[in-house]
Amino acid sequence: MPERPQAERPMIEIKSVTRSYGAFKALDDASLTIKEGEFFSLLGPSGCGKTTLLRMIAGFDNPTSGSISVDGQSMEGIPANRRPTNMVFQSYAIFPHLNVEQNVAYGLKRLKLAGSEEKRRVEEALAQVSLTGLGKRLATELSGGQRQRVALARALVMRPKVLLLDEPLSALDKKLREQMQVELRRLQQAVGITFVLVTHDQYEALAMSDRIAVMFGGRIAQIASPKEIYQRPVNRQVADFLGGMNFVKAEIVEENGASLVLDTLGFGRIKTDKPKAFVRNGGAATLGIRPERLRVLWDNATAKFEVAGKVVERHYFGEITHLIVEIPGLEKPLSVTETNDFGADDIPVGTSIRLAYDPEALVAMAD
Amino acid sequence: MTAAAEGSPAFGMTRARRNALLRSEPVQGFALISPTFLYALILLVLPILVVIAHSFWTQNYLTIDRTFTLENYRIALTEPIYRDLLWRSLYISLTVSLFTVVLAYPIAYFISFHGGRHKSLWLFLITIPFWTSYLLRVMSWKVILGYNGVLNSGLMGLGVIDEPSTALLYNSTAVIITLTHAWAAFAILPIFVSLEKVDRTLVEAAKDLGDGPIRSFLRVTLPLSAPGVISAALIVMIPTVGDYVTPKLVGGKDGVMIANAIQAQFGKASNWPLGAALSVTTMLIVTLIAGATVLILRAAQRLAR
Ligand SMILES: Nc1ncnc2c1ncn2[C@@H]1O[C@H](COP(=O)(O)OP(=O)(O)O)[C@@H](O)[C@H]1O
Ligand SMILES: [Mg+2]
Repeated sequence: MPERPQAERPMIEIKSVTRSYGAFKALDDASLTIKEGEFFSLLGPSGCGKTTLLRMIAGFDNPTSGSISVDGQSMEGIPANRRPTNMVFQSYAIFPHLNVEQNVAYGLKRLKLAGSEEKRRVEEALAQVSLTGLGKRLATELSGGQRQRVALARALVMRPKVLLLDEPLSALDKKLREQMQVELRRLQQAVGITFVLVTHDQYEALAMSDRIAVMFGGRIAQIASPKEIYQRPVNRQVADFLGGMNFVKAEIVEENGASLVLDTLGFGRIKTDKPKAFVRNGGAATLGIRPERLRVLWDNATAKFEVAGKVVERHYFGEITHLIVEIPGLEKPLSVTETNDFGADDIPVGTSIRLAYDPEALVAMAD
Repeated sequence: MTAAAEGSPAFGMTRARRNALLRSEPVQGFALISPTFLYALILLVLPILVVIAHSFWTQNYLTIDRTFTLENYRIALTEPIYRDLLWRSLYISLTVSLFTVVLAYPIAYFISFHGGRHKSLWLFLITIPFWTSYLLRVMSWKVILGYNGVLNSGLMGLGVIDEPSTALLYNSTAVIITLTHAWAAFAILPIFVSLEKVDRTLVEAAKDLGDGPIRSFLRVTLPLSAPGVISAALIVMIPTVGDYVTPKLVGGKDGVMIANAIQAQFGKASNWPLGAALSVTTMLIVTLIAGATVLILRAAQRLAR
């Protein structure tokens, strides 16, 4: 396996790119830098402009304003067929009149390689996506997962600087999707090509990416590592999109360089790190805590930080149980997910319990 | 279907069998097509059978001798005049098909790929000339190509020629021009339909893999629209072989086609059996050519991969 490139060289630079359709802005002043060899995801709900941005990188669409460069070269005026990028389309776009081999060799034909060299590269690409031996099949004779692999091989065989993937796994069933996530990540590490993945599935983005850009309504809300996006979302929208989050109203007592002191009803006075993107909006803020960061305290166990409440609902999910706990003073009950090793699935509704938390797990968000 | 047949053990045996028969797919299928089938039988198959029967008989002045003979076919296939007419008909119809398809393809392509929201408007506009009668359209070509016609006066006005050219009208070229115009819309539609079915992401995929506009057209759009091209060619070729009005009006002596000879045998010459033999021969040749066209184009498509 080749070494991953260590240099933090920028591969794609997107500067203040806007794409308008009349008065509507499908993409609004987006700026981001994707590094060489990075697995980068564009994550957001349907219609937030992910495909629009990806198509502009590929050259199928042009920014209304702003600039895009790939590998230090401005892409302005360069048509799709002369860009160092290749795309895996959402519908896979397998040529129906060609067989698997011919599909994969499609882009190589123009390079006028020696016949044996072309054959070798096609074989290699087919092997990379575990399709060896299926070269003579027609596209119509393939399953969804196989078509997806053909699309991948057809793009990889071109050895692009950047591989663009538009929701490549969304048409597959859950099991296959999870398997492909692992394979795709492994493949990316093996070939070392920069991958830009578009997805609306937060788990997919978290599981595969080096970094993620979360988008809403044509704007980029946050760019960070999966862990930071999950643990330190910049606002409620991002927090919500990446899975369940309890929101607690808070008052800002003190704000200085790196920290915030907040007053809450349920959690008392809390001192937390001030998020980088925190922009104060009046005296109020929101404090978030993920359901799995709240722990049930059994019997007489105590913790340095705890809140007391009453179980009002219980939902069983196999390996975990979801408890809804009412806390005096909080306008909304807290969601708690607890693994079932200690019997959380047997806590009767109505029980008074105490929950432990780590102040580190509390994240402040501008209101 | 089968579930219904299997799930009726409670019925009496005969009734069950009759039900099964009524519900069997072939029977239901025949029942469904029976009106069309009867229509085709009475208006298509029977007349053709009558024609075929006549082709094996002999005309004896006013009566018909019904003893079997192949003499009519011998005449149809060996007499130079009929052979020439057949060749010319085939030549004209194949040329017309080629021209129509070549002219229709760019139009269909433009409407399909660049028609935007106005595709149906464009298609509608294309049908406008066809609101007038076929005869009128043929006659108008006479006006354009004639001795004192638009084209001649135009060319003389421009000083390109000194006196009206007679080379424009009353020959096979005039027939080809007129037929090409007459059949254009019928070729545009099937090509348009097959272009509409070409998934646009496939064209984008071709671009993404390095093809410029011309290459992506030749490697993706054209092969995928081939079914439309084949049907367009056949739709034009089959009826034009037997066209009778156009050569009669603009063909003159050099533009006579086989259908004119057939008409003459059934009319003035009053030799129905020979006319019938000529018809059947033409029909068979057209069928062979149509079949061969499909096969050749399919093979070409397979090779082009
Ligand atoms: N050609 C177009 N004309 C008008 N609006 C468009 C066009 N293409 C995309 N949009 C709009 O831009 C927004 C972003 O689209 P897209 O990038 O496809 O979203 P997604 O994040 O689901 O991939 C959507 O609201 C979509 O309706
Ligand atoms: Mg999309």
